[in-house]
Amino acid sequence: MTLTARIEHRFRNFRLAMEFTISRPGLTALFGPSGSGKSTCINLISGLLKPENGYIEINGQPVFDSASGLNLPARRRRIGYVFQDARLFPHLSVNRNLDFGARRSPEPPSPAERGHVVEMLGIGHLLERRPATLSGGERQRVALGRALLMKPSLLLLDEPLAALDQARKAEILPHLERLRDEARIPIVLVSHALDDVARLADDIVVVNEGRSVAAGPVEEILSRLDLLPLTGQSEPMSVITANVLHHDVEGGLTELGFNGGRLWVARVDADPGAPVRLRIAARDVMLALEPPARISATNMIYGHVAEIRSGPGPYCDIRLVCGGSILLARITWRSAERLQLAEGREVIAVIKAVSVNRRAGAAPALTPPAG
Amino acid sequence: MWNAFTAAEIEALVLSLRVAVVAVGAALPPAVAVAFLLARGRFPGRALIDSLVHLPLVLPPVVMGYLLLISFGTRAPLGAWLLENFGIRFAFSWAGAALAAAIITFPFQVRAIRLSIEAIDPGLSQAAETLGAGPLDRFVNITLPLALPGILAGAITAFAASLGEFGAIITFVSNIPGETRTLPLAIYTAIQTPGGETAAARLAALSIALAVTGLVLAEVAAQRVRRMAGR
Repeated sequence: MTLTARIEHRFRNFRLAMEFTISRPGLTALFGPSGSGKSTCINLISGLLKPENGYIEINGQPVFDSASGLNLPARRRRIGYVFQDARLFPHLSVNRNLDFGARRSPEPPSPAERGHVVEMLGIGHLLERRPATLSGGERQRVALGRALLMKPSLLLLDEPLAALDQARKAEILPHLERLRDEARIPIVLVSHALDDVARLADDIVVVNEGRSVAAGPVEEILSRLDLLPLTGQSEPMSVITANVLHHDVEGGLTELGFNGGRLWVARVDADPGAPVRLRIAARDVMLALEPPARISATNMIYGHVAEIRSGPGPYCDIRLVCGGSILLARITWRSAERLQLAEGREVIAVIKAVSVNRRAGAAPALTPPAG
Repeated sequence: MWNAFTAAEIEALVLSLRVAVVAVGAALPPAVAVAFLLARGRFPGRALIDSLVHLPLVLPPVVMGYLLLISFGTRAPLGAWLLENFGIRFAFSWAGAALAAAIITFPFQVRAIRLSIEAIDPGLSQAAETLGAGPLDRFVNITLPLALPGILAGAITAFAASLGEFGAIITFVSNIPGETRTLPLAIYTAIQTPGGETAAARLAALSIALAVTGLVLAEVAAQRVRRMAGR
């Protein structure tokens, strides 16, 4: 379950030089501003475009190698590709769209596997319909199903959410989460929306001006202050993986535990032990030097300042290490000076339960860095 | 009602239909191929092929008939070779009339099919490619069905134009009753014959009825095909 890509490509006056490896199933986001070369990169991997130079290997099988002249055509690479505009075949029913790749696959899915994919994507009631009668979200789900039913060894998703409004997005996100958790293949998601990436990705490859700038687990990459200009200047956030500890049924709350502390949040519909991915916006984290008394905020996390960096305008961004986890806080310089914050200083992060995001939010999309 | 027409008139009608059907049917496959090349191909000489295809549209039909005569006449090299090796004779036969109609109406087919291929999102073919479909597979299962409305429109226009072709046919294969005298030629002959006015009127009425029926059928078929193509 690996993808190794080392590709160089030039078109017009744009140069793309990317190198990354994905060594586990799960979802890897190619994340960067529009025009940074993300979609070109997956077109090169899929075989729809031919790189000038490089090497691409899927599960140990080279599919492109400029040194030996190997260039497997796209149709033999068995890479599922979901396009931004779905690209369902308008003259075929949903059923026949789903079977298009399956019928041509050397390893067609069994009826049970097909049924499972249809059920997982919630498209059972659409099978007889024509693509023209489907909504945007339904089209994307059918396109996902079509790609999955060819039993690909790698799945590429090119901004599948970008063309959808918030409501349609909210409709498809749970399906993508389930796919990420169930699929036993690597999934590469191209996105410029921080919120989607924070919610979906296990790993991130940060792309800027045709280059892979950084790569690693989502918690680590999003908490790197040096990458903020590329990842989340406007709305930095921390991603923390926690587990359900127990529920306060009367209060409508759930207590979560993570490597670094505990958090009360609005009730999570999951059994104790279940993993929950949390997103906490840096601007929603308050810092205190001693436990504030008589305050409404529910959660206090103990940690120390690991790094302070200049943010936009009067703000600075602070990276806190809390046990094994990292929290970002965005406060004013004035407050930082007042508290005499410096690297190593012990602080308490104060977080309101309502600020902990555990479902799709509406954070603004990443805007390209100025200049 | 067929009693109103003479045997020769019915013969002209049947011959016209046969010429038109054969002309459209024979020209369709090459028209699809040329249209696909012009719509999607990027090769040197594309502009030349494009103008060559459109030549019959701008040349006077009589000139087309003349060019056919000097290439496919029994004493012309190409015509003699075809006759000798395949026993195919175009000169002064209904097959020659069909050939003339096919060439004259070829541009109508190519234009309509090309437009409909150009209207297909090339991304669909890419999607099919990632799903394991080779070039021929994509052409047959994606491009062709999606181009069907254009193919139908081209075939109908060509069929109507074939029914009405006069200049090229009379120049190339002459006006032989039962062999090359199609409806327009029969009308022309009737008008040239003293006392043939009623015959000419009957044949003209037949032509009009044929055209209107064709139009209605074409509209019905076009609607069906459009629905099939999901548009």
